[in-house]
Amino acid sequence: MVPATYYIALSVLLFVIGAIGFLIRRNLIVMFMSIELMLNAANLAFVAFARHQLSMDGQVIVFFVMTVAAAEVAVGLAILIALFRHRETLNADEVRMLRW
Amino acid sequence: MTLLTFLPLSALIVIFALGVILNRHPIRSALCLAVTLFLLAVMFVFLDAHLVAALQIIVYAGAILVLFLFVIMLLNLEADIPQRRRRNLTIAATAAGLVFAGVALRPFLGSDAGLPGVGMSGPVPDTFGTAAAIGQRLFTHFVLPFEVTSVLLLVAVLGAVVLAKKKIG
Repeated sequence: MVPATYYIALSVLLFVIGAIGFLIRRNLIVMFMSIELMLNAANLAFVAFARHQLSMDGQVIVFFVMTVAAAEVAVGLAILIALFRHRETLNADEVRMLRW
Repeated sequence: MTLLTFLPLSALIVIFALGVILNRHPIRSALCLAVTLFLLAVMFVFLDAHLVAALQIIVYAGAILVLFLFVIMLLNLEADIPQRRRRNLTIAATAAGLVFAGVALRPFLGSDAGLPGVGMSGPVPDTFGTAAAIGQRLFTHFVLPFEVTSVLLLVAVLGAVVLAKKKIG
């Protein structure tokens, strides 16, 4: 049997890949996918802990995480479409109106 | 699940996750993300989370990925131009990521002894992870968050429509 630690290690690795992708990529859509990667890393940890404790609460939380992710993607991609309509770009470096 | 299945599966997951962030073309990133999510669903099956695995494929690999691909094709994005090297940023981000991984993993190093719970090797009840059992938990103990979720979805639907509209009013 694979110990729970291995699943947590994989989850942390996935999360770090997502975080690095968010930092080094400038394409807003790819940054969004990195966020999805991080959410999925959290889901994996939840499911692994649920199995380890034989408690179903972790799986219920995953259900909520998926709902929030779906809502987030819907709104986020709508923002990206609106942004592209105004600016003709999806490069995070070129969208600087709200930055100081 | 034995190490013999866990290690190749997790190696594939990591490779395709790296593909998401390293591919220059957004479409390829999205397809790598699809494979990553699918492999994670396989992992969920091995962890006795059957309903979650099905939801993972339906919601993530189905709905969310299609939305991503749809937007990429709608906006007709081409590959990122290989701009000036941002080597410093990449190095700094990777270093920060490794530090974070070290900090996050520190409490889990060693055995599972510190973790509360029955462990991964014990027998699993038949109902564990089924739709009936999760639904029961969801509609009794988690009924308030569940209702709040419906409000969240409603707001998200309205927000997406309003934001993507050309002209309002």
